[in-house]
Amino acid sequence: MILRDLAHVRTGDKGDISNISVIAFRAEDWPLIERAVTAERVAAHFGAGKVTSVRRYELPQLHALNFVLTGLLAGGVTRSLALDAHGKCLGFSLLDLQIDHRPGQSASKAED
Amino acid sequence: MSTLRIGCGAGYSGDRIEPAVDLAERGELDFLVFECLAERTIALAQQARLADPGAGFDPMLERRMRAVLPVTARSGTRIVTNMGAANPRAAAARVVSIAGELGLFGLKVAAVTGDDVLDRLGDDLALDATAGHVSDLKGRMVSANAYIGAGPLVQALDRGADVVICGRAADPALFLAPLIHRFGWEMDDWTRLGRGTLVGHLLECAGQVTGGYFADPGVKDVPDLANLGFPLAEVSSDGTAVITKLPGTGGLVSRATCTEQLLYEIHDPASYLQPDVIADFSGVTLDEIGPDRVLVGGAAGRAATGRLKVSIGYRDGWIGEGQISYAGPGALARGRLALDVVRTRLEALGPCLRETRGELIGHDAILPAGRTGVSEPREVRLRFAARCASRADAERVGQEVESLYLCGPAGGGGATQTLREVIAVASTLMAADGVVPRVELLEVR
Repeated sequence: MILRDLAHVRTGDKGDISNISVIAFRAEDWPLIERAVTAERVAAHFGAGKVTSVRRYELPQLHALNFVLTGLLAGGVTRSLALDAHGKCLGFSLLDLQIDHRPGQSASKAED
Repeated sequence: MSTLRIGCGAGYSGDRIEPAVDLAERGELDFLVFECLAERTIALAQQARLADPGAGFDPMLERRMRAVLPVTARSGTRIVTNMGAANPRAAAARVVSIAGELGLFGLKVAAVTGDDVLDRLGDDLALDATAGHVSDLKGRMVSANAYIGAGPLVQALDRGADVVICGRAADPALFLAPLIHRFGWEMDDWTRLGRGTLVGHLLECAGQVTGGYFADPGVKDVPDLANLGFPLAEVSSDGTAVITKLPGTGGLVSRATCTEQLLYEIHDPASYLQPDVIADFSGVTLDEIGPDRVLVGGAAGRAATGRLKVSIGYRDGWIGEGQISYAGPGALARGRLALDVVRTRLEALGPCLRETRGELIGHDAILPAGRTGVSEPREVRLRFAARCASRADAERVGQEVESLYLCGPAGGGGATQTLREVIAVASTLMAADGVVPRVELLEVR
């Protein structure tokens, strides 16, 4: 199972800082997302040594996480040499994150 | 009567105009807001103003105003916009002349200035996210604009302006100001200011809360995206609101679209720093109360910091870029060879290439190269970009890519080259009392 089976995302940028929201489709999957999608795993997903800081904020009433990341934007939209200078595509890259699902944990899509 | 209807007619400078006209015609709006200034836009506008003192405002101002003014003037809908960019007074003068041509006599247009702080920015102010100071940018600064709050916009509305035009203001303040004006909120009513900021934040990117930037076929489907409607909010005097869109438009307003927009470009949800308030979105609730209707509540606020964010535009060299495509069997290998060739040829330029980036679109331009076992792409597009001190050096980059036609691997096609001067943006904070906004009111006669 990958994160895309459980959640949707939106990516934003301010200066050289990126933020990615991760939002559960179904309330019953929120505990699994909250447990599995840690700041450490998100940083590791973007490649060793790239992310220089990551901070995770939780909004349980909305079943949403917000990750704030530095190190990924190569200077931000105004000066980056990157094709996707905003880093708009980063969130969809995160949807590739593997989620281990063990019996007893809720993940409605996994039973489909 | 107690609700106010406020719509968003643009979420960026180049946004679509038709949905804004639809909102003006059918939305029964009290206010229509156009948010058109990205971080760098004002620096580019300042350059335009330096070249022509009558320029420096949004290039689509005239088209937008011609499209909506005849409708809003009739319905009494008032407009608030940051399309003044680097020259709100010239923008206001232009709107007055357009309104005159349209016969809209008596229309009042306000210009809000004072956000330009280039002449008073202290050298010792620290730049955000770097170890540097404003003094490091001396000689290269093009613009410095403080994010002003709702106060001067409210003043313009209180004085009867039908159209309020500012430059740099905090985006949510464009929406907060009409709420303060209408409901008479005190400027230290932190809870209501926090709620109003939330309404502004949800609306400010226009179609991004009504199903734009959301569709993912089979996973997140959006009905009739081509006909995407722009949002409006029905705001109560306590600051709670319903986010919705017009019947018959495409798109979607749901808990999911609103949650994505709630967190868009937010860092700590409990501390969204604004000129007038520190808004707290950590307890926000979103409830679907009908088709395309989401009830928004739970925002809070506390006293503002007393400091304003300032965006500084500065010259930062030139970026040259070239692209060329390879397709069919061996496309990836030919693309890689071409990258090696370009890199070797450009290395002859030496240290005047400050930073380079070479990649193959379709293979590793956005994400790192795919995992092993993934089939090779049928086509790739080489992209090589470099940051250079001079225009002449930057021009070499695209030329070296284009010359791959005759001097590179087999089968390259569709070469393009681009060149741009980099106006980068840095930010700092300055004391709010060092910024003195001014409101001027013009009337169409």
